[in-house]
Amino acid sequence: MKKTIQLLLALSFCLLPATVSGQGLDPASILKASGNSWPTYAGDYSQRRFSPLTQLNTTTVHNLTLAWIGHLSAGPGGFGYPTITGGVAANPVTIPGSSEGEPHVSGSILEVNGILYISSPDNAWAMDAHDGTVLWHYFWKSRGATHIGNRGLALYHNWLYLETPDDVLVSLDARTGKERWHRDISDFDEQYFSTAAPVVVGNHVLVGTGDDLDAPGFVQSFDPETGALQWKFYTVPMTKDDPAAKTWSSLDAARHGGAMVWMPGSYDPETHLYIFGTGNPIPAYTDATRGHLPDLYTCSVVAVNVDTGKLAWYYQTSPDDTHDWDSTQAPVLFDGTFHGKPRKLVAQASRNGYFFVLDRVTGQHLLTSKFSGAANWAKEIDASGAVVREPSKDSTVAGSLVSPDNGGATNWPPPTYDPQTGLFYVVLRENYSEYYLTTKNPRLMVGLGGKEEDGVGTLGTSIAAIDYKTGKLAWKYRFPNINGGWGFSGLLTTAGHLLFANDTAGSLVAYDAANARPLWHARIGAPTNAAETYMLDGKQYVLVAVGPSIFAFSLQ
Amino acid sequence: MPTYWAQPPENSACSPWLLGDSSRLRYSSLRAFACVFDIRGLNFMSLRFSLPCAGVLALALAAVAPAQRPAPAAHPAPAPLQRVRHSAYPVRPSADPAVVAHGKQIFETNCAFCHGEDARGGETGPNLVRSQIVLDDQNGEKIGVVVHNGRPNLGMPKFSLSDQDIAAVATFLHAQPLSDRGAPTQLDILVGNAEAGKAYFNGAGKCSSCHSATGDLAGVGAKYDPKTIQNFIVSGGRGRRFGPRAGAAPKIPPTTVTVTLASGQKVGGILNHLTAFVVALTQPDGTYRSFLRHGNLPKIEVHDPLQAHTEMLPHWKDTDIHNLTSYLVTLK
Repeated sequence: MKKTIQLLLALSFCLLPATVSGQGLDPASILKASGNSWPTYAGDYSQRRFSPLTQLNTTTVHNLTLAWIGHLSAGPGGFGYPTITGGVAANPVTIPGSSEGEPHVSGSILEVNGILYISSPDNAWAMDAHDGTVLWHYFWKSRGATHIGNRGLALYHNWLYLETPDDVLVSLDARTGKERWHRDISDFDEQYFSTAAPVVVGNHVLVGTGDDLDAPGFVQSFDPETGALQWKFYTVPMTKDDPAAKTWSSLDAARHGGAMVWMPGSYDPETHLYIFGTGNPIPAYTDATRGHLPDLYTCSVVAVNVDTGKLAWYYQTSPDDTHDWDSTQAPVLFDGTFHGKPRKLVAQASRNGYFFVLDRVTGQHLLTSKFSGAANWAKEIDASGAVVREPSKDSTVAGSLVSPDNGGATNWPPPTYDPQTGLFYVVLRENYSEYYLTTKNPRLMVGLGGKEEDGVGTLGTSIAAIDYKTGKLAWKYRFPNINGGWGFSGLLTTAGHLLFANDTAGSLVAYDAANARPLWHARIGAPTNAAETYMLDGKQYVLVAVGPSIFAFSLQ
Repeated sequence: MPTYWAQPPENSACSPWLLGDSSRLRYSSLRAFACVFDIRGLNFMSLRFSLPCAGVLALALAAVAPAQRPAPAAHPAPAPLQRVRHSAYPVRPSADPAVVAHGKQIFETNCAFCHGEDARGGETGPNLVRSQIVLDDQNGEKIGVVVHNGRPNLGMPKFSLSDQDIAAVATFLHAQPLSDRGAPTQLDILVGNAEAGKAYFNGAGKCSSCHSATGDLAGVGAKYDPKTIQNFIVSGGRGRRFGPRAGAAPKIPPTTVTVTLASGQKVGGILNHLTAFVVALTQPDGTYRSFLRHGNLPKIEVHDPLQAHTEMLPHWKDTDIHNLTSYLVTLK
């Protein structure tokens, strides 16, 4: 009898979800992300966006069908569910899609214990994952700033974290949407704007920010309980004695040099390293005032210790960039084989059209390759694997024909790494623009000024499947759209051999991850975020946002 | 609008240009197309011969609603992303030019030696246009503190300027543009050699296989400004038009498609839209037809009259483009 009871007890503990008694999210459980929920920006810390779930697979996916659609509204309220309002604006700005109208969800949606946590600029919601009912809504009255997007929320126990465009980190009670506290992220008056999804690692809330003018970049760690600042890592040298200071023409140039951390990073629990990408140097379109110098740590993959914020290693993917091509794209962590040996890797498909593989423990450079066939701006890849630009492909008075365009070979929409195929998938845009320099005086080129860009053609938008071992494309599936193209969003792969993507023509598509053969699709309008997946009540759900609507699919 | 825009380059801009597939560059849905030939015969070459009738057709078509892509039934296009265009920041009331001029005079006499004539930094003084003190300053009150006290530890002496003069300097500094992000160029872009451009046009560039300086491109130099012409050389005529001579959109024949059904019947017309799952077209008689696609069925042949331009994208040399531009602007 005793043994039976013991056995029953043991079995019942196995059946419990990782979080205790369904209350909140234990941050330690993110380390063992099982794929059953979506507890952090990328599903797990690696940013592979590869789900281990197999209920949906190449055999069953044709039966995937709509479970429900949830609807969101933005602004102060009157929607039939409680709206809590916050904000520090003396004169709040009216912003369509934020303070009124339909929100645009382009970030990740968290799913924990049957509740979805959704955000858009200045807005956050909790939604019942069973049927799309909105449980509460939080609205932040804004002082302004660029409202280009919001990448998602972070969850620590029962507390949520939201970055606002006007540079405030807000902590909410996930059960009610009530505000707990708010803290400044960066200086609103210096034209910072904050769009990133925070990332919770242990007792750290990692927060990035962005800027449109010429301020210094940094990433910060806040205490999840109190909001106190734990550390701040500047991505450009701020003092003369910084070892990176000599990579700029002057300290003044460095302190106005950019290198924004506007995308969430990855986390390696074995090394305690928070690994993220940094943005472009400023002024963006000329290096005349910042020097023909690398400008560290702009356009780099950077690793800092998550507990101390101290630099562990960096690799600069694009020294002395002059095209505003950030290197903020997801640094994806995975274990693989390189030159026949098992290695711990990090890979990034960068906005400038190049793909980089590094050792994620040491930062050692392993591989650089060009994943955009159209990219035409570089002279060569040098011995260190850095891409050396061809100056004649800078913005010029007479106009230069350059690919990628400003939006890049890829951008914020996430890539995915599938360990079953060994392929790194990224949405590739092969657009061309004429880049015109609009002033002959580089001193007048501040921030993103001094350039006019005109789109003049494209070789299309594709899913590029990169073999990380060689950097070569295993294949490229070009979306066949003509007159039907809408924006692209990110990717998801699963252990069921599926690759989910927005086909840039208004459909969510499940492709065979081996060869991009479409197996299932639903024409729901342009998905605006990357599809996600989780288990709920024994069913595997696929979730995607189309602007203000949330679509959930499962097998019926 | 494309969602990838979102992080304008998290920074990038609010640019009015379209960053996306050119298939989405819909400038004029009214496309005067060449005389209606048999679909199979409609090709690039015919453009040259069809222009006389294109004019007549254009008039006729102008009265007809252009073939629009029907709004998707499932969900309307997503709301355009916020592309707030930043002006110089912070926002200041417009400055009295006399005060700006006076401030400039004082600045040049007292400050330019260290801070540069344009206030954007000199040998020993930092960029004042970007100085946080200057940005926060309203009317000289913050600037005045620095001017009157100097910065002895950084080598800046004191200046005993009156409050009124300091306010004028402040007005001058505040009037300096911070960033002109994305503003169109006003510079002269012509650097090429017209003779070389003509030789390329008729020779290595093979432009003359479809175009004619006395035919479809006659007068192009008078109709469009140089930057528009240059962009059109690459794009094939799609894209924004600039400048005072914005002109009418070039007449580009539409993309056409022939669908071969399982029965063998062919249906053809102007392509409305094509995805992996649907092909839709407008027949010559105006009927809208659409067909679901399953893999490679039905058989589809698309003809894009601008195909040659698209294929040229990876092969262009900037010098050839510049030379062509210099040549085409002479076609008045």
